[in-house]
Amino acid sequence: MTTTTLSFGAALNAGLRRALEHDRKVVIMGEDVGRLGGVFRVTDTLQKDFGDNRVIDTPLAESGIIGAAFGMALRGYRPVCEIQFDGFVYPAFDQIVSQVAKIHYRTQGRVTAPLTIRIPYGGGIGAVEHHSESPEAYFAHTAGLRVVTPSNPADAFHMIQQSVASDDPVIFFEPKRRYWDKADFDVDAEPDLPLHRARVAREGTDATIVAYGSVVPTALSAAAVADDEGHSLEVIDLRSLSPIDFDTIEQSVRKTGRLVVAHEASTFAGLGAEIAARISERCFYQLDAPVLRVGGFDVPYPPAKLESHHLPDADRLLDAVDRSLAA
Amino acid sequence: MVDTIAYPVQLIQPDGRRVFRPDYTSLVRDIGPDQLRDLYEDLVVARRMDVEAVALQRQGELGLWAPLLGQEAAQVGSARALRPDDYAFISYREHAVAYCRGVDPGVMTRMWRGCAHFAWDPSSVNVTNPAIVVGSQGLHATGYAMGAHLDGAEIATIAYFGDGATSQGDIAEALGFSMSFNAPVVFFCQNNQFAISEPVHLQSPVPIAQRAAGYGMPAVRVDGNDVLAVLAVTRQATQRAREGSGPTFIEAVTYRMGPHTTSDDPTRYRAAAETEVWKARDPIDRIRRLLDREDLLDDVFLARVQATADDVAARLRSGTVEAPDPAPLDLFEHVYSTDHPLIDEEREQYAAYLAGFAGIEEALS
Repeated sequence: MTTTTLSFGAALNAGLRRALEHDRKVVIMGEDVGRLGGVFRVTDTLQKDFGDNRVIDTPLAESGIIGAAFGMALRGYRPVCEIQFDGFVYPAFDQIVSQVAKIHYRTQGRVTAPLTIRIPYGGGIGAVEHHSESPEAYFAHTAGLRVVTPSNPADAFHMIQQSVASDDPVIFFEPKRRYWDKADFDVDAEPDLPLHRARVAREGTDATIVAYGSVVPTALSAAAVADDEGHSLEVIDLRSLSPIDFDTIEQSVRKTGRLVVAHEASTFAGLGAEIAARISERCFYQLDAPVLRVGGFDVPYPPAKLESHHLPDADRLLDAVDRSLAA
Repeated sequence: MVDTIAYPVQLIQPDGRRVFRPDYTSLVRDIGPDQLRDLYEDLVVARRMDVEAVALQRQGELGLWAPLLGQEAAQVGSARALRPDDYAFISYREHAVAYCRGVDPGVMTRMWRGCAHFAWDPSSVNVTNPAIVVGSQGLHATGYAMGAHLDGAEIATIAYFGDGATSQGDIAEALGFSMSFNAPVVFFCQNNQFAISEPVHLQSPVPIAQRAAGYGMPAVRVDGNDVLAVLAVTRQATQRAREGSGPTFIEAVTYRMGPHTTSDDPTRYRAAAETEVWKARDPIDRIRRLLDREDLLDDVFLARVQATADDVAARLRSGTVEAPDPAPLDLFEHVYSTDHPLIDEEREQYAAYLAGFAGIEEALS
């Protein structure tokens, strides 16, 4: 038992360190990941300790990072690519969705692309344009990719290692406003769950909130407030956005009869729409209210002075819960 | 020192006479009469294979085909410079490269017939399946070469692409990455003068090989219809790669005699007179004239070449028409390397749906 207090960012760093130690074919590549340790310091000290052949500073070219990493994977490497910010992933979109995602299907399983693509995502840190986006639906919509996002340091530590170990390509979204959250956990314990499973973060009986990444702590505070008001909310931390663990959500909704899905991404055609549709199919007769969604508005990510209105907060979640309970 | 951008390397003239270039002739010194004849055979087989595939498309056996007519020397010359452990990243027109690397002609059309997205196991021949998004493979070759470099493997990686692909960011990024990491990769551009209908001057106002200079990369322009010259320059580039001297850019100046694909109509965008000019530079005629001048053509040899070409074409044809259709549930296979609940659920539901027809078919029969 080695209980350690780690921030989310430090937990990722520790997880990456373990992955580099575990398999000499693991390489980290991206812009500024070496001497600087990444703009969020997630790869801090790794180049110093593993050398510049294992932690590779690349030219400023996102398609180049992913395309070259894909080529290295064909040579037997397991690259972990860092895309510096969410809004910078689009130049690499073709390589991710047309090449990385499809190679296993295209070659009928003869070639794998065990890439992990780390993307700090989401808002709430007062950043400028293109630094606060939530592009997860683009990737969840693409067959061949696994898409995950941890919401807490312990999951960050374990899920990054599970992602690196996966033979499928994984898009690993890091909720950047949670990088400084701290938690105590046992770094030598086995992970509680496989990568694709959701976690019941708080048990409750009156309604279910499904959230992921940055919004999970928001949902937990909403549940705490609701508890004071006499409502028992169950909170599910999705963790995996592709595949989605619908069984865990279904089980919860069969108990509570009500579901609110929350995420930062714009609501239209977002993950919430998918979850609402599937749960409506699976739980039509168990639902006491329509599935509701609370998300970002259908606008480009706004300037920092407006982001508190755009991002779902506990009040907006509770408002949706109230509407669900009133139905 | 000859300026190989302004004056492309040539070792055989269109009339079959040899050109003496000490720097390049020395690279093909081992190509004696037998090896010259083998190269000729490869060119003839490549064309025969291509003609067969076009016919198969016209007969409805293939959905599409991208003919290589006219580019045989560029492909054969470069592919024959490779060693078995070198790795080629190809685009969709490199049928002769695939053939030279040992791909079974019987599977070559599988993708074009629509049976699968792939035709062969890449690692069995060290050739990727064709890249369709032009230029993407330049980066893959670079990454593979970076990996080989880290492994200390003395191999070369070669990326094939066309003139149109040089307008893509991925090729630019590949040139940058390969120089930054001294990656043992050869960029082999077949400048066949057209990107579907767009002439090469729309992609670049300067010779394409000149672009490499901006990256500090050595570049050479070669007569792409001269198999011997292509062999020489590719040998030089792969040797540089293997010995750790980094990437090289080759522009093979050639001409796509046919359409972009079997769906294309080149008469809409290019003059017959231009095509005639290039016909006089035909890569097969050229080496045939050389062989003739050097008294290396005889009936026995020509009959052997014809027999090989016919045999390869027959294998391509039978492999095509006999290829079984994939089973409906193959649709769901290999999306992921490990189980995925969504795919599993959809496979199960669709299997049940299909099974529902079994009773109906029985009742109707």
